[in-house]
Amino acid sequence: MTAYEKHNEEHETQDDNERRGPVVAEHTLQARDVRLGYGDREIVPGLSVTVPPGRITVIVGPNACGKSTLLRAMARLLVPSAGAVLLNGRSIQEMPTKEVAAVLGILPQSPTAPEGITVSDLVGRGRYPHQGWFRRWGAEDDEAVAQALLSTDVLELADRPVDELSGGQRQRVWIAMALAQRTDILLLDEPTTFLDASHQLDVLDLLTDLNRERGVTMVAVLHDLNLACRYADHMIAMKAGRILAEGRPVDIVTEELVGEVFGMRCSVIEDPASATPMVVPLGRHHVKGPEVKDPAA
Amino acid sequence: MAVDTEKDRLADAVRQVNAVRGRGRRRSVTVATALLAAVVAVFGLSLSVGDMVMPIGKVVETLLGGGDGGSQFVVLELRLPRALLALLVGAAFGLSGGVFQTVLRNPLASPDLIGISAGASAVAVTAALLFQVSGLALSASALAGAVAAGAAIYLLAWRQGVAGQRLVLVGIGVGMGLSSVVWYVMARSDVTDAQEAFRWLAGSLNGRSWGQFWPILGALALLVPLTAVAAHALRPLQLGDDAAAGLGTQVEPSRLALLGCATALAGVATAAAGPVGFVAFVAAPIARRLVPGRGAALPHAALAGALLVLVADFAAQHMLPSVQLPVGVVTSIIGAPYLLLLLARANRVGSGG
Repeated sequence: MTAYEKHNEEHETQDDNERRGPVVAEHTLQARDVRLGYGDREIVPGLSVTVPPGRITVIVGPNACGKSTLLRAMARLLVPSAGAVLLNGRSIQEMPTKEVAAVLGILPQSPTAPEGITVSDLVGRGRYPHQGWFRRWGAEDDEAVAQALLSTDVLELADRPVDELSGGQRQRVWIAMALAQRTDILLLDEPTTFLDASHQLDVLDLLTDLNRERGVTMVAVLHDLNLACRYADHMIAMKAGRILAEGRPVDIVTEELVGEVFGMRCSVIEDPASATPMVVPLGRHHVKGPEVKDPAA
Repeated sequence: MAVDTEKDRLADAVRQVNAVRGRGRRRSVTVATALLAAVVAVFGLSLSVGDMVMPIGKVVETLLGGGDGGSQFVVLELRLPRALLALLVGAAFGLSGGVFQTVLRNPLASPDLIGISAGASAVAVTAALLFQVSGLALSASALAGAVAAGAAIYLLAWRQGVAGQRLVLVGIGVGMGLSSVVWYVMARSDVTDAQEAFRWLAGSLNGRSWGQFWPILGALALLVPLTAVAAHALRPLQLGDDAAAGLGTQVEPSRLALLGCATALAGVATAAAGPVGFVAFVAAPIARRLVPGRGAALPHAALAGALLVLVADFAAQHMLPSVQLPVGVVTSIIGAPYLLLLLARANRVGSGG
């Protein structure tokens, strides 16, 4: 056992709920024995998972491991060939689409902004599931949009065309659109891709704020393992369409797991900033000797 | 205290959001009003100007039931049906192009470029030249051709849903195939018959009367409300399939309904006036340029289309003395440079649309 693992043993049970705040989300989301694929190509050969309500769940895994596929299935974007995704115990395939959209929001990997659309118009489209044939735009919609613009700190851009914004600003605007939908569950497919380091942190901090303040259940696919370890309450590690481990990052992230999931040698130390696990990858070059196992020891 | 400032901040933000929406809406209404005024002006002009120029006062008097027999014949029998037809044909093409381009997220995706008009032409020309069909039956065959071509393109492009790019490419391919059918049938038929067909193919309002007006009015009275209902899903659909589904849109049924309406609109317009080139292609981009950031701007697209055909038909009648050009010739003079501009711009940005 390394010093880091010992440290975890000692602190494991301490003030978890204090850090995370109360669970207020009432909706449950789970996948039961889902088989997923595109055409004949099966990607997830049967998998069950329950999303912990009111928590931030992060799915990690190598390219093509099925993490986005699983997220798409949970978001109702992909129909399972077997099994079902259950929202509050009901299969989402059998629920009316607008009913699902009132509870479950999604931020896809590459949404397209129509040419010239303004920030406030784009964010306003998040209100679509709350509008019917007769109930058009109302005061509640204005408030939801204003709140979303405030939370994501893009209010001063409300008038600007989305295509003039920087990548970081644009991502905040898309998150604002998902927020204007006012759902209790939010699924995000690689929300930090194409952002530089500081904007990645901004986005993850923003998501954490929303989770802590409003109890929004989040499920995100992330590429950066260390950010995932830091921001996840619950982590799901996938490989080849299966879940190899899930739990709190401190409980599951080990050198063996990273080796098994990513096929990469590494050493796991304590993140000096957050006391969460930090994965230090070990390649063939620029490594002090072949036996570097535990720099913390 | 802290709660109060929080509330104030939100109230202030709501005001800002409201103000931005208000500005957008005002601009949208202003532009629509201006387009409508221009449509009315050109409409009035085309009723009063011709071989016999009639003062606008007399035109209005005749419209209201007055005037002598001569002016009644000129205004009510010759000019009014033609101008009304130009208006409706233009609006239908403009609306159709706006829906196609928005649903398929591609400025090249207009019915005259992706094979819908070619389908109407192929069936209509075949019916006219090989089966001697004319009049309303000819119009019906053009509509049937448009719908059949639309269905064929949709099915050929289907692969677990229909993506914009693939449908546009399939449509262009199908359109080329159907155009060669047109030329084959024309080449095989008698020269005078072929010349008649050629005039129809260019898109013409020459010699149109009330007989062509009532069917298109009836069809639009049905199609425009249907399109308006289907267009409800356009706002989420514009954000991409995944985002639209996430917002609770039934993506594929909504898209099919919209494309169906747009195909029928183009078919009805083609049935009445022939495949008037480029109207569907340029009307919607003009509208979107005038009201940027307002999404599809479909009412504006319809108005721009109506204005375009009215202006083009006026020019076609009076540009050259003693020659009545088909209206499609004039719209092509406007549309072709725009297509080139679009292609040049797309090349510069490095994306094919």
